[in-house]
Amino acid sequence: MLGYLARRIVLAVAVILTVIAALFAMMRAIPGDPVRTALGPRASEAMVETYRIKMGLDQPVIVQIWRFFSTILQGDLGSDAISGVPVARIIMAQLPDTLYLVLGAMVVAVVPGVWLGVLSATKRGSLFDRVTSVLSVSVMAVPSFVIAIYLLLIFAIQLSWFPAIGAGEGLADRLHRLVLPSVALGLAWIGYIARILRASMLEVMGENHIRTARAFGLSERKIMYDYVLRIAILPTITVLGMGIGQMLSGAVFAEIVFGRPGIGKLVYDSIAARNYPIVTGTLLVTTGFFVLVNLIADLLIAFLDPRVRNVVSR
Amino acid sequence: MSRDATQAPVLQVRGLDLSYDTPAGALQALRQVNLTIGKGEIVGLVGESGSGKSTLMQAILGLLPGAAKVQGGQILFQGQDLAGLSAPQMRGLLGDRISVVFQDPMTALNPVLTIGRQMIDIQHRSRISRAEKRARAIGMLERVRIPDPESRFNRYPHEFSGGMRQRVAIAMALMARPALLVADEPTTALDATLEIATIDLLRELQAEIGCAILFITHHLGVVAELCDRIDIMYAGEIVESGATAPVFRDPRHPYTQLLFACDPAQISRPMRHLPSIGGGLPDLTHLPPGCIFAPRCPRADATCRATRPADHQAGPSDLVRCHYPLAPRLEITA
Amino acid sequence: MSSAAKPMAAKPRRARGVLRRLIGDPLGALGLAMIVVTVIAALSAGLLPHDPVKLNPMVRFAAPGADHWLGTDNLGRDLFTRMLYGARIALVISIGATIVSLLVGLLLGVLAGFGPRWLDSILLLVMDAMKSVPTVMLALVLITWTGPSLWAVVLVVVLVNGPTYARIVRTQVLALRNAEFIEAERALGAGFLRVASLHVIPNIIGPLLILAAMDIPIVVGIEAGLSFLGLGVRPPTPSWGTILFDGFSYIRDSVWMVIAGGLPIVITALGFTFLGEALRDTFDPKLAKR
Repeated sequence: MLGYLARRIVLAVAVILTVIAALFAMMRAIPGDPVRTALGPRASEAMVETYRIKMGLDQPVIVQIWRFFSTILQGDLGSDAISGVPVARIIMAQLPDTLYLVLGAMVVAVVPGVWLGVLSATKRGSLFDRVTSVLSVSVMAVPSFVIAIYLLLIFAIQLSWFPAIGAGEGLADRLHRLVLPSVALGLAWIGYIARILRASMLEVMGENHIRTARAFGLSERKIMYDYVLRIAILPTITVLGMGIGQMLSGAVFAEIVFGRPGIGKLVYDSIAARNYPIVTGTLLVTTGFFVLVNLIADLLIAFLDPRVRNVVSR
Repeated sequence: MSRDATQAPVLQVRGLDLSYDTPAGALQALRQVNLTIGKGEIVGLVGESGSGKSTLMQAILGLLPGAAKVQGGQILFQGQDLAGLSAPQMRGLLGDRISVVFQDPMTALNPVLTIGRQMIDIQHRSRISRAEKRARAIGMLERVRIPDPESRFNRYPHEFSGGMRQRVAIAMALMARPALLVADEPTTALDATLEIATIDLLRELQAEIGCAILFITHHLGVVAELCDRIDIMYAGEIVESGATAPVFRDPRHPYTQLLFACDPAQISRPMRHLPSIGGGLPDLTHLPPGCIFAPRCPRADATCRATRPADHQAGPSDLVRCHYPLAPRLEITA
Repeated sequence: MSSAAKPMAAKPRRARGVLRRLIGDPLGALGLAMIVVTVIAALSAGLLPHDPVKLNPMVRFAAPGADHWLGTDNLGRDLFTRMLYGARIALVISIGATIVSLLVGLLLGVLAGFGPRWLDSILLLVMDAMKSVPTVMLALVLITWTGPSLWAVVLVVVLVNGPTYARIVRTQVLALRNAEFIEAERALGAGFLRVASLHVIPNIIGPLLILAAMDIPIVVGIEAGLSFLGLGVRPPTPSWGTILFDGFSYIRDSVWMVIAGGLPIVITALGFTFLGEALRDTFDPKLAKR
């Protein structure tokens, strides 16, 4: 277990370092003044000078690489090109709103996804199974911003069931305004979860130990939820890990369409203002989050599956 | 050894016909199968792979796949026809009156639940407390000689050796003291020493509980060692049946004779090649009109190829499905 | 080596039989029909009387009618015409970018598979890192630097899909690499390019094309999404994404812009998905586990 843990963490760190290295290489590869590129055209002359000295661009490349890595790894993502406020603080201020949205989308995705996956596996080949399968691939195929706009059009503007814009005040209002963006962001993942769960349930249902459970007269319900789902849910956790990471950045569309604050909106506005430090900072934060969530998902599987727990401890 | 005629049999399969729906048409997997297991009797069911042993076992346990259809006949368990039972009624018997030990101990137990959890789950009919269920399970583990059962109770299957896992499976199967235990090649996956130990254990527990055992195997030595009676299956039919020792001494069906000749343990004289039966299993979607064994039988004549043989009583055997049950034994030479 | 890494058998099949089987699958037939409609729309865009970009302030927000089949947008441009021109952009970019991704994937996969170990390790790490950056973030950052353009969209697609294809090719190369006949050929002096083009590509191209077909909805989504954010196709060029953004901005004034921008995205995405699923079920049921 410890060996596996260590290996998995080393891989995660290596991936993060590679992303930072790629970022550095990209900033160097862009033609023109790297400081100008990094800060954007709206930065003042004085800021450019400070930044040049801070980045140590007069130093040899190897020193620059070292500084680039060490500042980022210390959590220093630079400063806002316009206001001078540390980027990390700006991002952290916006992160909670996006996390609420991702959480809402998870609820939208997991509950129906698991239900549809289990039911279509137990009713394999039935009309229900076929309809679910077509619906799953359909919601997976349609981009989330198209879904967001149609939800806005139908439920906020035509039917007026939900407010169109903003994150709201107070718990009830906030939850009310969270519904449509969560559905827009989470809908596709209903399909992903239902599909992977159905496939892995069918695989487990064919295994010998399920025949044993039947031979002892256990009820179908008990077999499905205790004996099959416990194993079949494991690959779904991997998909969920991927999902959370992708949703965190995919939230940009839901945030723009529904006028919500959040890191997606932050990046969108920063691109328009050519505020590069915020864009790169958000990239690093979301990537770090993505890697972390996938790491947690893998460790969770290792913890939940006694076979993995045992094999990797040897 | 012999059957107690005054007592009703535990299991009686009568004229069972079963087919599978396949794209190539109906596959007649079992045809007119007759099988009787007396109370407390150990019956060995022998046949090569594809002979229908597993299908017959699944039919008895009500665990047939969806494509299988019982076309006729009865499976009487203590006088009750299992073929006519609903799924919940069948569930009521399984793991209680009828139990099973499966072939592969490495995959027969749920890998993500502890042995203890699985042993408690299968006592779902007992209206006793969880602590009592636990105590019963641990007692049963002790009976099958699992060392240190208290601490093993909370272990996962992969933490047990193959032989130990099979003993756990036996403990689970016998915990409810069933009237019939179906053992599906329970020793095939084990090495020779473990096989002997497992069979000894099975015999010991059987004597104590008094259950009947249907022992499915293709290992003739195990049958000779353990079973009171032997039933030989070929291509979906039981071709010969009788008390073990006499049938081994004087088999009456040509297939049985060839099968015994093929078993290395049965060969007394040294031979240059191991004998084997020529040809392969017939296509069960397009049955030959006559005896099912005729295409491979060295003695088959026009009658054999044209009409199906009836079941005869001949010599030591209670049942021989052959036109010539009294013909002299085939001489096998290499 | 896992069983998945065994060389896949090349399957020569007659095109007519394939087409018949695809049409036999109702979903495959529906998908094919949706794609055919999109292609016809793209081809016939130039035949329409209206100009897709010329402003016509006299008929802003017109409702659908005989003159403007889908009405007009906020600047009085004919929405039906813009929708058809949008199909051109969507198809050209998604198919073009997918072809480039496939080529990049083939190249990287062959390099990783045949190359020295260190190269393989580095490429694997880079591909892993690539996959660890959330798709939307990757696109936003790249375009912040390169500036919005069609080429930027293609670059994003290549970076998102290329690594997936490269991994599949690499696995196939590794499986073939130690096959006896390959060793024999290499002993006879065949270069790895020859081996790759003779053995790897024919073996891998079928499954790869099916995956690529199933990825086209993602690519259409990337193009439309970036254009929606103003980072892809620049106005006034009609793209479904820009039409949709205009529609979003004026969603209280007219629903027709949102329909002209969104509906074709839905149709194309579903079309390629249904066709891809049917193709996969027909050719390679093993892929179903992906």
